[in-house]
Amino acid sequence: MKKLLLLAGIAALIYACGGGTQQNDPASDDQTGAASTTPAPADNPDGVGKFKDVQVPEKLDAALAQKGESVYDMKCSSCHKLSDEKLVGPGWKDVTKRNTAAWIMNFVTNVDEMLNTDPKAQAQLEICLVRMPNQNLSDEDARNVYEFMRKNDGVQ
Amino acid sequence: MNAFMKFSLGAAAILAVSFQACKPKNTSSAVSGDAAAKAYVPPGKYDEFYNFVSGGFSGQMSVYGLPSGRLFRVIPVFSVDPEKGWGYSEETKPMLMTSHGFVPWDDLHHTEMSQTNGEIDGRWVFGNANNTPRVARIDLKTFRTAEIIELPNSAGNHSSPFITENTEYVVAGTRFSVPVDYANGDVPISTYKENFKGTISFISVGKEDGKMDIAFQLLLPGVNFDLSHAGKGPSHGWFFFSCYNSEQANTLLEVNASQRDKDFILAVNWKKAEEYLKAGKGKKEKVRYSRNTWDESTHTGKHEILEEVTVLDAVALKDICYLIPCPKSPHGCDVDPTGEYIVGSGKLAALIPVFSYTKMLKAIAGKAFEGEYEGIPVIKYEEALYGEVQKPGLGPLHTEFDGKGNAYTSFFVSSEIVKWNIKDLKVLDRAPTFYSIGHLSIPGGDSKKPNAKYVVGYNKITKDRYLPTGPELAQSAQIYDISGDKMQLINDFPTIGEPHYAQSAPADLISKNSVKIFKIEENQHPYVAKGEKESKVVREGNKIHVYITAIRSHFSPDNIEGVKIGDEVYFHVTNLEQDWDVPHGFAVKGANNAELLVMPGETQTLKWVPEKPGMYPIYCTDFCSALHQEMSGYVRVSPKGSNVPLSFSLGKNSSDPTSKENNSNAQ
Repeated sequence: MKKLLLLAGIAALIYACGGGTQQNDPASDDQTGAASTTPAPADNPDGVGKFKDVQVPEKLDAALAQKGESVYDMKCSSCHKLSDEKLVGPGWKDVTKRNTAAWIMNFVTNVDEMLNTDPKAQAQLEICLVRMPNQNLSDEDARNVYEFMRKNDGVQ
Repeated sequence: MNAFMKFSLGAAAILAVSFQACKPKNTSSAVSGDAAAKAYVPPGKYDEFYNFVSGGFSGQMSVYGLPSGRLFRVIPVFSVDPEKGWGYSEETKPMLMTSHGFVPWDDLHHTEMSQTNGEIDGRWVFGNANNTPRVARIDLKTFRTAEIIELPNSAGNHSSPFITENTEYVVAGTRFSVPVDYANGDVPISTYKENFKGTISFISVGKEDGKMDIAFQLLLPGVNFDLSHAGKGPSHGWFFFSCYNSEQANTLLEVNASQRDKDFILAVNWKKAEEYLKAGKGKKEKVRYSRNTWDESTHTGKHEILEEVTVLDAVALKDICYLIPCPKSPHGCDVDPTGEYIVGSGKLAALIPVFSYTKMLKAIAGKAFEGEYEGIPVIKYEEALYGEVQKPGLGPLHTEFDGKGNAYTSFFVSSEIVKWNIKDLKVLDRAPTFYSIGHLSIPGGDSKKPNAKYVVGYNKITKDRYLPTGPELAQSAQIYDISGDKMQLINDFPTIGEPHYAQSAPADLISKNSVKIFKIEENQHPYVAKGEKESKVVREGNKIHVYITAIRSHFSPDNIEGVKIGDEVYFHVTNLEQDWDVPHGFAVKGANNAELLVMPGETQTLKWVPEKPGMYPIYCTDFCSALHQEMSGYVRVSPKGSNVPLSFSLGKNSSDPTSKENNSNAQ
C-alpha cells in the first residue's frame, strides 16, 4: 500500500510540474526551425510539399523563363549567382540537373518544412548556414523560376 | 478509514504539496484559490483577448494579452519612438506634423475600437491626443498609426475618441475652453466668460477606408468637457458628454470649479445637428489644422493642412443640445448596452446618478426645464433621473457594463471596483484595487455586446506592489475574473506610461487579419530597389540617394565612397525579405537621428548629414540570421571639394582590387 501511495504521489508530482502536452500549439507550424521535427521519408526525390512528379516539356518556354528572371532579380539574386559560385546560397548553374522540378518548386514554396525535414535541403543548410528565407513565391512564381533555371542550364 | 480512502487522501495531499512546490512565490500568494490558474497562459499559447491600453503621457498605445498581462507591442502614435524610427524616418515625420509644426510628444488618454451595429468589429482602434488636440486611427491589420487629424478651435482634447455604434463619428471636445482660432486669442485671461468657447467636433470616418474628416463642430459655452459616450440602440443619434467648471473659472479650478453642487451632462442630438448641417445652417470658418495619412503602398506618410471647418452654433440652433444637472464635477459618462441608462460619475460625489434616456426625451418634449445655462436648456434633475446608487463608495469615476444588467464602477478615492445592478441600483459586490484606480475596462464593456469575462482596473499608484525602482514607480493594471457573482482578482501587471482608458477584443477577431509581410511587388515607394540589381547611389546636387537593399545577411551596396562634407545622405533601405518576422534594422555611426526598422517588403529612409570626414560603418540592428553580425558596411566621407568619385559596390574585396565580378557596380 505504502509503495502504491508513493507511486501515486510521484505521478501526481510529475503531472503537476510536468511540461504538459502539446495541444493546438499555435507555434507548431514554426518559422524558426529551432527544433527540427521528424525527418522526411528518406530519399524522396521530390522533397516535401504540394508538388509531386512535375512534368515539364523538353523545350524551353521562353515567356515563362522571362517572368522567372524578374522574380529572380527581385527575390533571389541577393544570394544566388547564376554561375556555380556560392554567394550566400549555392550558385544556380546545373541546379536543374541536380534536383527534380518538384523538389525545387517545393523548396522555394515550402521553405521551412523543407529545411526542417528534407535531407538534401538540410545538407545544403549545413554548408551555407543561413536558412534560405521564405520569399513568399506563388506556385506560378515557382514554375516560372524553374523555367528560368532551365534556361540558365542551357535548355533551348 | 478504508484503504481506498487512505489512498485518495494521500494522493490529494501530495498533489496539494506538489502544486505548492511549483507555484511561484510572489504576490500571487496574496490572492485566493485558483487565481494563478485562471491568469496563467502557458508558454506558446495565445491569450484570449487583445487589450489596447492608452499610454497616457508616453503618447503611445500598448497591446497586452488578457488574461496573462503579457506586453506584445507598443504602437507609436503621438510620440516619437527611436526604436521603430517613428518620427525619425523621412516617411514617418509627416505623421507628427501639426499646424504648430513637428510635435514629437503627446498625451494619449483613451482608446476606442471601431464598431459595427454596436459591436466591436476589430478594424481600427482610435486614440486621442490631449495636449495638441488630435485623434489617431490605428489600423489593426498592421498595428500601425494610419491617420492623425488635428482639431482646430480646441484645447485639451479629453472627451475623445468615443464613437457612434457604426463608427459614423469619432468625437472630440475641449477640456480647456479657449478663444476659437478664427477669433483673436490675444485677450486677457479674465475675459473667460466673454471670449472662451467650448467646441465639440464630430469627425466622420470613411466606411471602407476609415478616412477621417471633421464633419462639423458644435460651438458651446466655455466649460470643460471631460468624457463622453454615444447613445446606442434606441438612443443612437445622441451623444452624452460630462462637463465640469460650469462656474467658468479660469484660475485655481481645484477650488473655483467645485463651487456648484451640480455641473452637467450635455446631451447632443447629433442627428438634429446633421439636419441643420444639410439645411446650410453651418458657418464655414477659416482655420488651420493638419491631417496626416499613411499610405501603405508607398510606405510613406502624407501631411496636409486643411483650412476650413463648419461650425454649428449650438446655442442659436435651439434643439441640438440639452443639459442634465449632474452632481459634483462629473467625470465618467457611460451608456449601458441597452442604450437606456446614462451613468454620470461625480468625482467628488458619494452617489451615482443614473439617467433615463426615455425620461430625458419626455422631459424635453414636455419642456420640463429648470431654466437655461448660457442659452442652453437645463432639464430638471428629477425629470431625467432614473435613480441614484446610494453609498457606492467615494469618488466614482468610470463605469463599464457586463451585458447582464450589471454595472462596474471604479472609485478613485476609496480604491475599489463596485459592482451594482442597473435596475434596482443595489450594490452587489466590491473589490479593492491597489491603488487609486482610474479607468476600468470590460471587453466590449461600452458596446451593445459586452464579453464579460474580465474587468481590468488601471491604477495610478503602485506603492509597495512591486520591487521599488527609485522615486518613479510603474502604474499598473489588475485583472478580475467576473464570470461568477463575485469579482476575483487573478493577476496584475505593470504598464508603460500611465494607462487611462483601454479596450479589449476577442483575439481571433483581430489575429486572423494580421498582416505578415508587405508584398515587394506592390511597393510603390519612389526610392524602392526591387532587387539588388536596382540598388544604386545617385547624386543630385548635394543630395545623395542611396537605394540600398537588405536581405539575410547583407546590404547592397555595402561600400560607398565619394560622400563629401556638405552632402545630405538619404539611405532608402528596402527590405527584400518576404518572410514573417524578419525586419532588418539600419544605423549609421554619428547620425543625429534614430535607427530604421524596415519590415519585409518595405522601404524606409534615414537622413544623415555627416559633419566630419572619416569612415562611417553602417549595420543591421535587428538580429536577422546566424551571420547577422556580418551584416554591415562602410561609408567613406571626404572633405568638401575632394575629388573622390562617387562609387558603390558589394562583394568587391580589398584583397582583390581588380575583381569586377560579384555584382559590383560603379558610377
